[in-house]
Amino acid sequence: MAVVRRKGFHGRSRTLFLLMLPGLAYFLLFHYGALVGNVIAFKEYVPFDGLWGSPWVGLANFQRMFEDGAFWASVLNTLWIAVLQLVFYFPVPLALALLLHTLTWSSVRRFVQSVAYLPHFISWVIVVALFQQVLGDTGLLNSALSGAGLHTVDIIGNPDAFKPLVVAQVIWKDAGWGTIIFLAALAQVDEQQYEAAAIDGAGPWRRFWHVTLPAIRPVIVLLLIMRLGDILSVGFEQMLLQRDAVGPEAAEIIDTFVYYQGIVGGDYGFAAAAGLFKGVIGALLVYAANKVAHRLGEQGVYK
Amino acid sequence: MTASARPGWMEKPRPITQAGKALALATVVLLVCVPFLVIVSTSLASTDEVIANGGWVLWPTEPTLDAYRDILDGGIVTHALGVSAGVTIVGTLLSLACTVTLAYALSRPGVLGGRPVLLLILFTFLFPPGMIPSFLLVKELGLLDSYASLVLPVLVNVFNLVVLRGFFQGIPEELYEAARLDGAGDWRVLWSVVLPLSKAALAVVGLFYAVAYWNSWFYASLYLESDHWPLQQVLRTYVVAGSGLTDATTGEATITAPQTVQMAVLVIATVPILLVYPFLQKYFTKGVLTGAIKS
Repeated sequence: MAVVRRKGFHGRSRTLFLLMLPGLAYFLLFHYGALVGNVIAFKEYVPFDGLWGSPWVGLANFQRMFEDGAFWASVLNTLWIAVLQLVFYFPVPLALALLLHTLTWSSVRRFVQSVAYLPHFISWVIVVALFQQVLGDTGLLNSALSGAGLHTVDIIGNPDAFKPLVVAQVIWKDAGWGTIIFLAALAQVDEQQYEAAAIDGAGPWRRFWHVTLPAIRPVIVLLLIMRLGDILSVGFEQMLLQRDAVGPEAAEIIDTFVYYQGIVGGDYGFAAAAGLFKGVIGALLVYAANKVAHRLGEQGVYK
Repeated sequence: MTASARPGWMEKPRPITQAGKALALATVVLLVCVPFLVIVSTSLASTDEVIANGGWVLWPTEPTLDAYRDILDGGIVTHALGVSAGVTIVGTLLSLACTVTLAYALSRPGVLGGRPVLLLILFTFLFPPGMIPSFLLVKELGLLDSYASLVLPVLVNVFNLVVLRGFFQGIPEELYEAARLDGAGDWRVLWSVVLPLSKAALAVVGLFYAVAYWNSWFYASLYLESDHWPLQQVLRTYVVAGSGLTDATTGEATITAPQTVQMAVLVIATVPILLVYPFLQKYFTKGVLTGAIKS
């Protein structure tokens, strides 16, 4: 019993140790236990033999993966959607936060904040259903257009419109929530700095440039780095919900590729190889992004 | 109406800037609210009115609760509602218990293995195990088609753990000292000192868990047979993917449910979130989260 053996160990720490156990057991079993299950990536899964009895196949699954055009197409889709989000989603919470920050009327500000945070708590199932209702063939937008004698637009179920659509959905769901971290940074700025700048004759733009921007720059850099480190993940649930409607060419990302190959197709070894590939590259990216952050003199995600 | 708190040194804003801001803010509010208005209105309209209007209604002329009566009549949606409520309540309580105890142990100095355990847990953030191994693990543990498969694999959330741990660490050391001098053990300190002081943090973390359990559908689609599905997965199948609602008693698929019924399911899945949201919102303003995010 390691608990009792150590010297100077009273009942105090034993209770704490026991309190830690249920949560620790969860992490050991469902994270580290599952992590070990990645050995399936080096095996050919035979349902009857199970995870451990299935025969080893070395790197055959990885080799197949590297030669699979569908896999690389899913990687490209993932990166393409991530870049679109970086360009079109990322600035929105920042702009919204700056707008909210300039509101001196606090009750209006609180009301808009409350409304804007709400979609973050709505499930992807509901968000996708809402978008169907508003932008679908018989939805709000198209009935309004045809009612006005205009051409209707084909958005839902149209592969060509899919990527802008998913970016719009992310903006709708998370842009409001994303303002929190910027608003927190903006709230840190000492009001006197603004006052001093104003007295020295700095107008709104110069105050923004010399007081506001320096205050939120570390947060912007940190969030950019976190997003770059996580570039191989783009809304798995969101894509899975809509992939059938637009087809894999438009909507297949690495995570849905793993899902369809493994869970749907039963090719567990192959799918796990793709998942493991993503996990390793992803961890390296986060690590590298963090190093870059420190190099730039910013605080990283972890120390 | 409260007065604007514009400080004296700030310029009077130009009317055009004011108009621009007002327009932007109104757009934000409308973009969020109109979709909800459409689904609520459509669910309350009669089927005829919805068809006449081409699939949706912005304001029903003769509101009726028929659609809600249809789905709450003991069929598949009623059952799914019960599953969702049960999983959310039990899951939230279990998750809170395990997160609180672990966060408390890790927030106190000198617990055996505290440092390595913390690193072990933070590492899972960097390297998640992956979908296929997690699925095979649940399968090997014999949890397939049990409600436990919706709770146990997501029992403790690292973010929530870090939030609570940070909050516990912020409790002044003197309070711990005083309780210990009174002869309270760690368990007692947690129960009668730490928890009463952490109500706001517990509420936020509890609501986060509850929202996550309520909104969850992917694990249900992975692990459960369709007659055990929670509401979100039912919603996904019958509304998003547009399959016909299956008659719960005969198991036969009927024709696609009318739009009003689909929208009623959508509303029922959304309402609990709208109900707890004001409570969540109340605590955001207290800065519980912003403090935690910074650390």
